[in-house]
Amino acid sequence: MASVELRGISLNFGSFEVLKALDLDIPEGEFLVLLGPSGCGKSTLLNCIAGLLDVSDGQIFINGRNVTWEEPKDRGIGMVFQSYALYPQMTVEGNLSFGLKNASVPRDEVARRIARAAEMLQIEPLLKRKPAALSGGQRQRVAIGRALVRDVDVFLFDEPLSNLDAKLRSELRVEIKRLHQRLRNTMIYVTHDQIEALTLADRIAVMKGGVIQQLDAPHAIYNRPVNRFVAGFLGSPGMNFLAGRHEPGTNPRFSADGLAIPLDRYQAGGNGKTAQAAEFGVRPEHVAIGEAAKSLPFSEEVTVEIVEPMGSDTLVWARLAGQNFTFRVESEKALSVGQKILVGFDPGRASLFDAEKGERI
Amino acid sequence: MQEIRRPPRLFKNLNAKVAAIPMILTALVVFVGGTVWTVVYSFTNSRLLPRENFVGLQQYERLWATPRWHVAVENIFIYGACTLVFSLVVGFLLAALMDQKIRFENTFRTIFLYPFALSFIVTGLVWQWILNPQFGIEGIVRSWGWESFSFDPLYNANIVIYGILIAGLWQGTGLVMCLMLAGLRGIDEDIWKAARVDGIPTWKTYLFVVIPMMRPVFVTTLVIIAAGIVKVYDLVVAQTGGGPGIASEVPAKYVYDAMFLSQNLGQGFAASTMMLLSVLVVLIPWAYLEFGGRRKHG
Amino acid sequence: MADTGTAAVFAAEPAMRAGAEPRGPRPRKVISRRNILIYGTLFVVALYYLLPLYVMIVTSLKGMPEIRLGNIFSPPIEITFEPWVKAWSQACTGLNCDGLSRGFWNSVRITVPSVILSIAIASVNGYALANWKFKGADIFFTILIFGAFIPYQVMLYPIVILLREIGFYGTLTGLVMVHTVFGMPILTLLFRNYFSSLPEELFKAARVDGAGFWGIYFRIMLPMSLPIFVVAVIIQITGIWNDFLFGVVYTRPDVYPMTVQLNNIVNSVQGVKEYNVNMAATLITGLVPLVVYFISGKLFVRGIAAGAVKG
Repeated sequence: MASVELRGISLNFGSFEVLKALDLDIPEGEFLVLLGPSGCGKSTLLNCIAGLLDVSDGQIFINGRNVTWEEPKDRGIGMVFQSYALYPQMTVEGNLSFGLKNASVPRDEVARRIARAAEMLQIEPLLKRKPAALSGGQRQRVAIGRALVRDVDVFLFDEPLSNLDAKLRSELRVEIKRLHQRLRNTMIYVTHDQIEALTLADRIAVMKGGVIQQLDAPHAIYNRPVNRFVAGFLGSPGMNFLAGRHEPGTNPRFSADGLAIPLDRYQAGGNGKTAQAAEFGVRPEHVAIGEAAKSLPFSEEVTVEIVEPMGSDTLVWARLAGQNFTFRVESEKALSVGQKILVGFDPGRASLFDAEKGERI
Repeated sequence: MQEIRRPPRLFKNLNAKVAAIPMILTALVVFVGGTVWTVVYSFTNSRLLPRENFVGLQQYERLWATPRWHVAVENIFIYGACTLVFSLVVGFLLAALMDQKIRFENTFRTIFLYPFALSFIVTGLVWQWILNPQFGIEGIVRSWGWESFSFDPLYNANIVIYGILIAGLWQGTGLVMCLMLAGLRGIDEDIWKAARVDGIPTWKTYLFVVIPMMRPVFVTTLVIIAAGIVKVYDLVVAQTGGGPGIASEVPAKYVYDAMFLSQNLGQGFAASTMMLLSVLVVLIPWAYLEFGGRRKHG
Repeated sequence: MADTGTAAVFAAEPAMRAGAEPRGPRPRKVISRRNILIYGTLFVVALYYLLPLYVMIVTSLKGMPEIRLGNIFSPPIEITFEPWVKAWSQACTGLNCDGLSRGFWNSVRITVPSVILSIAIASVNGYALANWKFKGADIFFTILIFGAFIPYQVMLYPIVILLREIGFYGTLTGLVMVHTVFGMPILTLLFRNYFSSLPEELFKAARVDGAGFWGIYFRIMLPMSLPIFVVAVIIQITGIWNDFLFGVVYTRPDVYPMTVQLNNIVNSVQGVKEYNVNMAATLITGLVPLVVYFISGKLFVRGIAAGAVKG
């Protein structure tokens, strides 16, 4: 049975459609990440699930119960916010127990649940402190604890790590993953950070303009994006796009400015039957150089224009078919500007989008 | 998996609606209701008690034929224009001086603003005493040997409104200074750095960069001063009682006297409606500007 | 990064211009022409502002013979507190000769409930507007704010009728209601803006935790809002204590607030003018807001700025 089910969720602010007839099924125990740029409606959707925003249309089911018009507290959810949203005048213990007291949970039960959550999140020494006396990471642990003590089946995370610095972020990311493995609750997690999405999610829903663009496992989203938006949004540094023409047939190829990339190994979908203007996308890390490039179905010599060492590897900028083209090389490979180098890739791992709608061919 | 319809909107958020009842009553009954009532009854010939005997514009014709009302309107124009100009200019200059990273800023601000904490009654009475021709400024200057010196605004019908103006400015300029100072402090420090690097003199920076940037502050301050001017009543009552004769009458006092002293309600309603009109003349363009501005920010 | 850039330019700039600039480091020479100009002007203006307070104090401490002889600025030769005693307990208004004390206690009985009631209603209202928006709320709020600009004279008489209908005309209760109504625009604006500035996620978290309208108000919002309540109290105490118009219109002589009584004492035409008593009475009336002002300091400034600038 699905844990959270959304049927035709729409939300309008005046004439502006924030969410457009969204359908989404989230099975029990899944870690689902809502990923998208700011303003795509992902946080709005989460607030609708939580009951903090009223939907304009559609129905929301949690554990098979229609909760579309229920109060947030009655939906069986716990929520963690970006700004932690700890009650500043209460101690950590007070923060954890506030919801339980509101629900008239017996005192010993409150104590038991707080002890369990505090143990899980290793915040026992902090229980008597006020939020102002905690570090950012500690505050977010408490905020997670506040969702934990509610003993609910569905956890909602609204960009919980965005206010933390990079190091803490990666620490807490692992913590959340561990928590999910231990609790096996359904978790819906909103973020604009693709690393968080790729590392945490069982499935990712990439959103744009109030619509889910693609809903799939992280590797599928990364390797087989359904459209140009998804392809461009995931991956850092971003995917290379070459504008040109897709020419199907017995000898399918992609041609651009005198360049011809063979597409025998590319699995085209239904809309790839006719020749059309298209964009060819290849990720920088799928590009090989030098000897390794020779054995690949496609290779070409380029001139190095800019070298960006990034520590673990180096990003190289060049031009292919007169267009910007980047690729990653190991940082030991010493390349200098102006040097000519052979690059190659396997078109079977690339993506092809029609130029008009940006959909995958 | 059946659908559930949206529950009735009326009972949603019920507590908030209950909490807003005082506001709704105030807005609808007192503000809108009261205003409409007064405007409607300004077309009647009500005297001691309001009566629904409509006489068209008669009250307005009588109002504008009354010399006392003419004096009142003339006074409020002089008082208003001078207050606007002086309090804005002086307030801004004081604020600019205060913004020079001076020492004792808090002391100076406390001194400039304390009159604002005092009532118009207290203000009026103090200045009545200071401007007393026998013991006050005039008396002192004469006692120094300048026998012909004359400064008795409160007893001279021609200049009495300026006597009130002095008191009014003393009470209100501190507020303008505070608003202006807040506006100046709201300006990005980098603007000053940029102007300095570009070699622009201070006064030019103020005139051509800072003041235009403070436009919203000036507009709001203007509206606040203007709204205060129309309401001027207590100050006149305390300082001169409208005298000498009727020389320092103001519209607000005309209204009060017509309603509660001379049992001429219709005149009071007509006069207060005129006050309302004058406020709308200021308020509507301002609301338009504010509204237009907000739409731009989206 | 831009900062270091400009700072470098600053350092390179010759110091000669620093004297004319408002934002640079303070020049080492304290007595420069610029400083004489600035402090001189401020000092003169400060004298002008302090003068009335000084005159009030010295006049109230002189005897009448001394006033008739000397000028109003000279300090008292013989300090007497007689005028203060007289102003407080013997000054006459009409037939009553029990001094300003009556008006003082009336003002206390008006101000205390008005302040409490108006702030209680406006804070809950502002909270509802900030966090629990319902359809139409903004329309009423807009009317409320515009209502603050309507001259009181327009609404004076309709309120007389309303109060008469519910039987509170001429009573302190009626005046308290009037103050609550007319305090509502500014206070609601103040509280609405303040509550809107609190993080919205806090409110959401409390809702997920099952707190309702009043639960969130009392348990979450109130404990976080002490400063704004102090600001509101300052605005209201000074505003209501200083009111004259509503006092004179909506109460009877025996419950007149202090300002009305003061005006009647000083401007009464009967008897010999006792300027020292008048000034003592004026000073006593101004004392409450002045004390509030000097104690509250920056909060007072914040109050008027919050009420005025952020419209």
